[in-house]
Amino acid sequence: MSHVARGTGRGGFITGFLILPLALYLTFVIWPYIQTFGYSFTNWSGQSPTFQFVGLDNYAALMKDEVFRGALWHNLLLLVFVPVITILLALFFAFMVNAGGRSGAGGVRGVRGSGLYKIVYFFPQVLSLAILAVLFGAVYRSDAGGLLNGFLTKLGVVDPAHPVEWLNEPNLVLWCLLMVVVWHGVGFYLVLFSAAMQSVPRDIYEAALLDGAGRAQTFFKVTLPLLWDSVQTAAVYLGIAAMDMFVLVSTMTSGQFGGGPDHHSEVMATVLMRNFLYFGKSGYACAMGVVMLVLTMILSIVTLRATRRERIEF
Amino acid sequence: MTTVTKAPGEAAAERPGGGRRAKEGGKGPSDGTVLNVFSHGFLAVWAILIVLPLIWLALGSFKTDSQIGGSALSWPSHWHFDAFSRAWDKGIGDYFAHTLIVLVFSVPLTMLLGSMAAYVLARYPFPGNRVVYYFFVSGAMFPVFLALVPLFFMVKRLDMLNTYQGLILVYVAYSMPFTVFFMHSFFRTLPTAVHEAAVIDGASDTRIFFQVMLPMAKPGLISVGIFNVLGQWNQYILPSVLMQPQSGSDPERYMLTQGLIQLQYQMGYETDLPVLFAGVTIAMIPMLVVYLSFQRQIQAGLTSATLK
Repeated sequence: MSHVARGTGRGGFITGFLILPLALYLTFVIWPYIQTFGYSFTNWSGQSPTFQFVGLDNYAALMKDEVFRGALWHNLLLLVFVPVITILLALFFAFMVNAGGRSGAGGVRGVRGSGLYKIVYFFPQVLSLAILAVLFGAVYRSDAGGLLNGFLTKLGVVDPAHPVEWLNEPNLVLWCLLMVVVWHGVGFYLVLFSAAMQSVPRDIYEAALLDGAGRAQTFFKVTLPLLWDSVQTAAVYLGIAAMDMFVLVSTMTSGQFGGGPDHHSEVMATVLMRNFLYFGKSGYACAMGVVMLVLTMILSIVTLRATRRERIEF
Repeated sequence: MTTVTKAPGEAAAERPGGGRRAKEGGKGPSDGTVLNVFSHGFLAVWAILIVLPLIWLALGSFKTDSQIGGSALSWPSHWHFDAFSRAWDKGIGDYFAHTLIVLVFSVPLTMLLGSMAAYVLARYPFPGNRVVYYFFVSGAMFPVFLALVPLFFMVKRLDMLNTYQGLILVYVAYSMPFTVFFMHSFFRTLPTAVHEAAVIDGASDTRIFFQVMLPMAKPGLISVGIFNVLGQWNQYILPSVLMQPQSGSDPERYMLTQGLIQLQYQMGYETDLPVLFAGVTIAMIPMLVVYLSFQRQIQAGLTSATLK
């Protein structure tokens, strides 16, 4: 390469271009991450500059912490249901949009107005979680003023004297939050899967059609295997979102940093923030951060491994 | 109310009716029609589920507080915009301005620094290149929570809590992994011939970057730019920890997301929900306008950014 030969002065150029991004990244990202590991072995309160090394005490306490264990369980539930529901719905709608139309001379095609559907479905993705929190806080209101209760009362499903307290019902609250994530995500993954479906060459579908494959068969034997890479990516991203959940839980549910009623919607992130900002147990909060990191890494690796298939080139 | 709010879904659902006379294909016409009606039904239901709550919320800004609490399906009795002006006075306008101030600096800075690092790492072999690259990229794997506690004290030590410059620098730093990752793969796909021609013409490395490579990387910059604008505009966790007034005399510099949540708490006490709904509507309108004007680029940008 010609530019390697020019040699002199290049070191200066490389350093000059890298120094600022690296400095920022080290100061605000890497160094805090490293510190988290360090602090997780101390009883640091965050307020006082002094603290003692306590070894694995924080981690031992975490194992016994009922609230944290409950939160971990909720995260695991979300980890299973958020990706599964979102991906299934997105695949279903993507298939409807791209191949749900009547079959014409050119084979299977998409429904009319598929562009419009994509525009509508995708819109929640550009809204902030804060907007979603307020919006669904109102939808799930515990009296007749809530959209959901209002509708169900009108339909006669819900007794107007006893509206459902969606976000205050221990058995419902987590599922209500889950539906918000699904509502938010389906459109994005629909567009993602659609793009992947459209990149599949037409003649593969035509060949399947000629061989007498029905729509269902085409979907499972042709489309899905070719989409596998995108499904895998979607699973990892949705899994990471399910591990987080802080904004929705902390703003929509009762309690300091959310988690109510009685810790039934608690997730690890809300327990962490409460311990850090409310109880002043910074060392303990750091230990939770480390646990979350380890789980996220395991999750990514397991998802990528478990969903590994032979890659199909086309 | 229902007649109006249903309109977008119905408009979509009615479309196939017009095309029903269209000639059926040679193969299994009945099968196609059944599926067509079926798929339109499902698609329309989901479209209504998306649109209905949003319109319902916007309508709420025209209702009175007692109307909102009384029945969800009530129709606004008057069409005054005073809830909007009250929401603006409650700080929505300021929160908008704060968020804009931060993003005007943080997004260009993210793009500039991210592209610089990505470019050097993609095009200049030097010892340790791979190490630095993976160092940058690995940051995308970690949840922000992990760094939150020490990050707070780091920013505090730099005396930058509740300052714009503090939040700008933090936003830039946390956008680095993805920006570097994406632009790195983009710079790799650019042809080397142009670069070599510029070298022969005697252009310096810095000049080649700014005048040759950066303009060529425009499509990539747009994709990752959209990603960063949305990500930073919608960020909630970082400002909610870093942008709290530090003393009585320290002015409030809430971001829009923070401000909305703040408004939610406040309006819960003051029982003035129309203001909250108006605030959310105000926050949604620019997103809607930007989205409808650039929806193709936004959809392509966000999805390609995810798939890289």
